[in-house]
Amino acid sequence: MEIQFKDVSYIYQENTPFAHKALENISFMVDSGSFVAVIGHTGSGKSTLIQHLNGLSLPSRGEITIGDFRLSADGKPKNIRDLRRKVGVVFQYPEHQLFEETVAKDIAFGPKNFGVTQEEIDHRIEKLLPAVGLPEEILERSPFDLSGGQKRRVAIAGVLAMAPQVLVLDEPTAGLDPRGQREMMDMFYQLHQEQNLTTVLVTHSMEDALAYADKIIILNKGQKYMEGPPLEVFKQADKLQKVQLGIPEVIHFLNQYNERFGTSLNYQYQSMRELAEEIKKQLEVGSHE
Amino acid sequence: MDRKKLVEFKNVSFQYEEERALVLNQVSFDIYEGEWVAIIGHNGSGKSTIAKLLNGLLMPKDGEIIVDGKKVDDDTVWDIRKDVGMVFQNPDNQFVGATVQDDVAFGMENRGVPREEMRERIQRTLSAVRMQDYLITEPHRLSGGQKQRVAIASVLAIAPKVLILDEATAMLDPTGRKEIMHTVNDIQESEGLSLITITHDLQEIVQADRVIVMNKGQIWEETTPRELFLQRGELREIGLDVPFVGQLTDELRKQGVPLKEAALNHEELLEELWKFNSKM
Ligand SMILES: Nc1ncnc2c1ncn2[C@@H]1O[C@H](COP(=O)(O)OP(=O)(O)OP(=O)(O)O)[C@@H](O)[C@H]1O
Ligand SMILES: Nc1ncnc2c1ncn2[C@@H]1O[C@H](COP(=O)(O)OP(=O)(O)OP(=O)(O)O)[C@@H](O)[C@H]1O
Ligand SMILES: [Mg+2]
Ligand SMILES: [Mg+2]
Repeated sequence: MEIQFKDVSYIYQENTPFAHKALENISFMVDSGSFVAVIGHTGSGKSTLIQHLNGLSLPSRGEITIGDFRLSADGKPKNIRDLRRKVGVVFQYPEHQLFEETVAKDIAFGPKNFGVTQEEIDHRIEKLLPAVGLPEEILERSPFDLSGGQKRRVAIAGVLAMAPQVLVLDEPTAGLDPRGQREMMDMFYQLHQEQNLTTVLVTHSMEDALAYADKIIILNKGQKYMEGPPLEVFKQADKLQKVQLGIPEVIHFLNQYNERFGTSLNYQYQSMRELAEEIKKQLEVGSHE
Repeated sequence: MDRKKLVEFKNVSFQYEEERALVLNQVSFDIYEGEWVAIIGHNGSGKSTIAKLLNGLLMPKDGEIIVDGKKVDDDTVWDIRKDVGMVFQNPDNQFVGATVQDDVAFGMENRGVPREEMRERIQRTLSAVRMQDYLITEPHRLSGGQKQRVAIASVLAIAPKVLILDEATAMLDPTGRKEIMHTVNDIQESEGLSLITITHDLQEIVQADRVIVMNKGQIWEETTPRELFLQRGELREIGLDVPFVGQLTDELRKQGVPLKEAALNHEELLEELWKFNSKM
């Protein structure tokens, strides 16, 4: 589904002395089937932005369209339930979306609510558990008695169980162990491609933004600061630094390498092996000049 | 050097429920004054359980825990909590104040810090985490990363002897994380406190003096960051990973570039490549 923001502003506690403008005149477009990463400093408005995608927040000004749904300050659309069925949101803190007595019930909650049969739900759960890295024995436990990373995995399974068309992920790998972080991102990406999802990822990992996104949107103090394909965005290290953001480690390393050796190796999505080959070749050639 | 032991775990075992397996199985380690120890390990390996045992939120089933010479039990637990500051994995679980400044004040009130001093520390710690503009904000109205910053300020304000950060910077951007860890490290060194960071951030591990690696409720290894990252295959097996520098070093070596394998950061790897280059 295509997503479009048109001059969207959002104000918390509007018309009170505490009013706080968290988004200001944001416009952008996410093509159907594309993968967008949203990046920004602490408090820049990322979570506020994505809470609009399933109508949890409505814009104070401006307009959002998601497929055929339209969101504006005029109130919730009548078919908001449909929107919530199609747009799955994994929140920043998993605790905010766990509430059932058992893990099994928690994962089943969404699909059940939308009328999916128990048989189909069981089938989905069976496939989802290994995908999110959970053992079957966890199903009967209480989601509140799990470790942080286990809770995260349950929360992700609960959203995927709804088989959404738009997948919205707010720092979905925070709290996962390093191998889990990589496996989970690979799993999201595979789903994204196989099921032609539209994916919006909020992340602090420049590496993930580089590896998976077609486009990056950078927020700063509630405004859109930059937008573009990862390689273009990460060329502008100085501009990023102004808003306290870094660049992916591989690009940073190549920049340092080039400076030291007076070369111009570029990052073009090489694998680690290809990078090593290029560096080796360059070192050999360089020394014969 | 005769350093003082601030924390001792002696054969500690723990289980949450009788009918389920041990969550910690015979865990022993010491942590010294002024030391920074990272605890890492796969999800569910027992890291947060260690933290909760350390400040008496949980009591061991077997073995004992000693903090600054005192054994943790029902009689000492209130005393010990004054010495042990902890930031939980989810900051929502620890906010007690109605506003950010109340929250930072709370721990100090409990420890009888005088008013003037309190006001000064609130300013200083909130500035250190760049949250000085949010004094009267309600904690639940903060962003994910802002919550973590405030939680860290609150624990720094009580100046504990032992400071435990349980994935306390997981929601911060890399720059913010570095900045906050820098601040914490400064305070740790100047006050000589023991710092225990539980983390999945490989970059953060690199800066610690020592690393305790947990695997399925047991200590898999106690080592230094440098030694740890030499064990690439094993790390992946137990749910961890190899940092970028290690991965690139491995590939370069596979292709016959004779590098020392222990580079820990960009500078060291570049230096190694430079040596290779000048030899050719
Ligand atoms: N309150 C609880 N009741 C029952 N079991 C629990 C409880 N809290 C944790 N556990 C279990 O104890 C084990 C260790 O949990 P712990 O929270 O210590 O892991 P951790 O290493 O901190 O993991 P993570 O990296 O995911 O935070 C896990 O298997 C978990 O499911
Ligand atoms: N419920 C709320 N009421 C009032 N202000 C809020 C509320 N939630 C967030 N804010 C404010 O709005 C701004 C944007 O918050 P948001 O949660 O969108 O940031 P974020 O980019 O997701 O940050 P982080 O990376 O720390 O999660 C922040 O300044 C925050 O303090
Ligand atoms: Mg957020
Ligand atoms: Mg934990």
